[in-house]
Amino acid sequence: MTAVPNLASALSRSRLLNGAAEWFLQYFLKPIGQILLFAVIAGSSISLLALAVGFVLQTDWHGIDILRVPARINLFEQVVRQLPNMLLDGITIGFVYAVIALGYTMVYGVLKFINFAHSEIFMMGAVVGYEVMIRLRDGQLLSELPPLVVIILMIGAAMLVCGAAAVVVERVAYKPLRGAPRLVPLISAIGVSFFLTDFVRAFQALNRNIFNMPYPTDLVPFFGARINIAEGLSTTNTTLIIIISAIIMLVGLNYFVNATKIGKAIRAVSQDQATASLMGINVNLMITITFMVGGALGGAAGVLYGLKTTNVTPYIGFIPGLKAFTAAVLGGIGNITGAVLGGLLLGMLEAFFSALLPYFPALGLGYSDIFAFAVLILVLLFRPTGLLGKKVDEKV
Amino acid sequence: MATQSLLQERASRLNWREALPTIFAILYVLIVFSLLRSLNRADLWFPTYSSILFPLFVFSPFIIFALKIPFALRAVLIAIIGLVLMPILGMQDSFYLELITQIAIFAAMAIGLNVVVGFAGLLDLGYVAFFAVGAYLWGIFTSNANTIVRISGAQAAPELFWLFLFLGVIAAAITGILLGLPVLRLRGDYLAIVTLGFGEIIRILVSNLSNISSNRRNPINITNGAQGLPGILSPPLPDFMFQAVESLTNSLGLPVNNVRAFTYQLFYYGLVLIVCALSALIAARLDNSPIGRAWTAIREDEVAAQAMGVPKVKMKLLAFALGASFAGAMGVIFAARNTFVSPESFSFIQSIFILAVVIVGGMGSIRGAIFGAAIVTLLNLQVLKNFSLQINALRNIDWVVPIIDFPIRNWPQQLEPARYERLVFGLLLIVMMIFRPSGLLPAKRRQLELQGERAERISEKELTADVAEIRPEDLLSAPAAIGEAKEAKAANAADIAEDLPADQPPTPGEGLPDEPKEKP
Repeated sequence: MTAVPNLASALSRSRLLNGAAEWFLQYFLKPIGQILLFAVIAGSSISLLALAVGFVLQTDWHGIDILRVPARINLFEQVVRQLPNMLLDGITIGFVYAVIALGYTMVYGVLKFINFAHSEIFMMGAVVGYEVMIRLRDGQLLSELPPLVVIILMIGAAMLVCGAAAVVVERVAYKPLRGAPRLVPLISAIGVSFFLTDFVRAFQALNRNIFNMPYPTDLVPFFGARINIAEGLSTTNTTLIIIISAIIMLVGLNYFVNATKIGKAIRAVSQDQATASLMGINVNLMITITFMVGGALGGAAGVLYGLKTTNVTPYIGFIPGLKAFTAAVLGGIGNITGAVLGGLLLGMLEAFFSALLPYFPALGLGYSDIFAFAVLILVLLFRPTGLLGKKVDEKV
Repeated sequence: MATQSLLQERASRLNWREALPTIFAILYVLIVFSLLRSLNRADLWFPTYSSILFPLFVFSPFIIFALKIPFALRAVLIAIIGLVLMPILGMQDSFYLELITQIAIFAAMAIGLNVVVGFAGLLDLGYVAFFAVGAYLWGIFTSNANTIVRISGAQAAPELFWLFLFLGVIAAAITGILLGLPVLRLRGDYLAIVTLGFGEIIRILVSNLSNISSNRRNPINITNGAQGLPGILSPPLPDFMFQAVESLTNSLGLPVNNVRAFTYQLFYYGLVLIVCALSALIAARLDNSPIGRAWTAIREDEVAAQAMGVPKVKMKLLAFALGASFAGAMGVIFAARNTFVSPESFSFIQSIFILAVVIVGGMGSIRGAIFGAAIVTLLNLQVLKNFSLQINALRNIDWVVPIIDFPIRNWPQQLEPARYERLVFGLLLIVMMIFRPSGLLPAKRRQLELQGERAERISEKELTADVAEIRPEDLLSAPAAIGEAKEAKAANAADIAEDLPADQPPTPGEGLPDEPKEKP
């Protein structure tokens, strides 16, 4: 008698379990696995590059004066010694770039235009993180609260403010220009970017009479505490925090875009606005949500960047913004997975250049920002669709 | 007899009417000029007065152009303003001469950028790189910094300025082609970002090329790095010019302190005016030539232009090279005039300033570029700075704003208007794009395009509910060809089916429009 319902309930329970397991696999394990795979790909390719460069350039046989290292330095040994730290650095900054690049790539996917102001949204995130930290410090809470709560407060506040800011920017500066020639919203976006830079500068000048905003991370010993990963390789908690929160955000975004109804609607809008609106999707709302999510991610990335560099100014947005854009193009703009791969690769490349450039007296660290532009130009020349992008033929 | 006198009377009345604009223009110029002359630097309100009156004076040629005045008279009036009144103002206060020279430099560069952005439709965000090429060309060869050129004794004599002006044009044009070649395939925003990257690469290069040798003890210095190149030479001027200027200033009763410096200021003023006029002439002639038509075609629709036989590669490279060459010439003059160049003068914000000039004036419009240069430069170098000066002057006497009873000393020190040029220009770009994308003095064709798009957009708004991707004119052409409404409907459906992605075939009767909307 009871066997049947028992079986049925067991079946349904197992189906539920199965469903949960599938869900877990689909939206949790798979994206994390993908991210780890990308990190391994980026890391190994850069390690190989670094070792090859170190091996080739350790001797003078190439005869190029600019690429000559001083005779007392064995470049290959140096590369081997620096490699673990280089990879760790690359992954950390790479995740930050990936999170910023998502903002560019999502907006591009939906509106087919480069949101130039995204770099300033990112900068605002860093400034909001600073404000939260300073306020906690003034309230004597910074060292009292658990560090995790501090981080969550900072990131949460930055996400809220930046998401709202991105929506306001979209409403004021982009929405009236929808349907105009492509250059018009781009120029407007450049205007927004300049405006926001000085707006934040004026705000902080009035508010605190400061330009530089150093994060008071030294007040929380947890941030600076070192963890030994392996022999000779140690890192700070900050690095781990950056990596883990970036992964959480990437997985969360993956879930949002692929598993929720709104995510589905956003994907529909990015495929074909007209058809999406025919299917009853509110296109304007989806565009607003895209800006909100992109802005929130940018703001969170700003906090992570601030924690890493510990000094924030209103002008920090430009270069990381350009690098993140390059990452989005490298991965294939409009492609969310591509942005993660591009960000990690670009972060690795940056770590590679900043580790190796000081060894060359004729070059030096001053050139470390050129590589991003060079990558951008090379990608657009040889593979404009990016690594993971699909080729789109132009309709005439 | 009677009719003749009537006719004569009528003619004279007509003449009088026709003379009105001329009289107005002359009166306007004279009043503004004499008011400017009467200003006293020591006056409390001098910054405000001068930042109102000087722009009014600078705009007088545009007012003359806007009024109905015979061509010859126009030319005479503008020549008087430019060659007589302006130098006199300069004798009184050399800052005015500085400003007008700066305006002309920006105007010439804006005309060059206009060729690229306005005529050919290629948004260039790294335009200042070409300016840097010209400036560093003259700077490296004549600076007194320890560059490789100086150490090897290959310095250029100041007499070679004119040759270098020519070389600067060529070097910038070659740089333009070098930039143009890789980006030929790109368009729109991608092109904008790559040119931005190119501009930044040039800036990073000039701020790092202070040593390109692996030996630290024996560096090969090319650009002197971030310190910049000091002591750049000016071309020598014949002695009689100094004497002439001295006697002129003395006879006008406006002796200047440093005759030498003032003569150079006048010289550069004249030089940039000539270069600016030449650029305007070249650009205007190009716009109305087959080359200009080809650029327009590429701007409107690249694929269609190619199909019609427009040589895309050649035309795009020509646009880049020509646009760059104007900036190269101005770069050489800029370096000689400032006697100092550093990477800071060639940052991204400078490119945006020049872009703002083009946007404010109107893309594709040469008059607009000059007008925009006047507005943007005056706003940046005069109005904002004078605003700061005025606030400081008023703060010193503890002035209180009437009516709202706001004591000016409560105005925060941090909010100096002169330091927030990014805010002002960002706002300017946004406002221009939203309310007047074709600029203040738009080119006719461009205005039609940009405002036509706007009209189309409004119609699109109504259409978004049913059809958004299909342009109204596509739909209009179909019924005209077929004639019958029913068949037209079928044709429209077919059109729509083509526009939809292949993997989603449209189901008949679902989401298709019943009737094509008329274009308003």
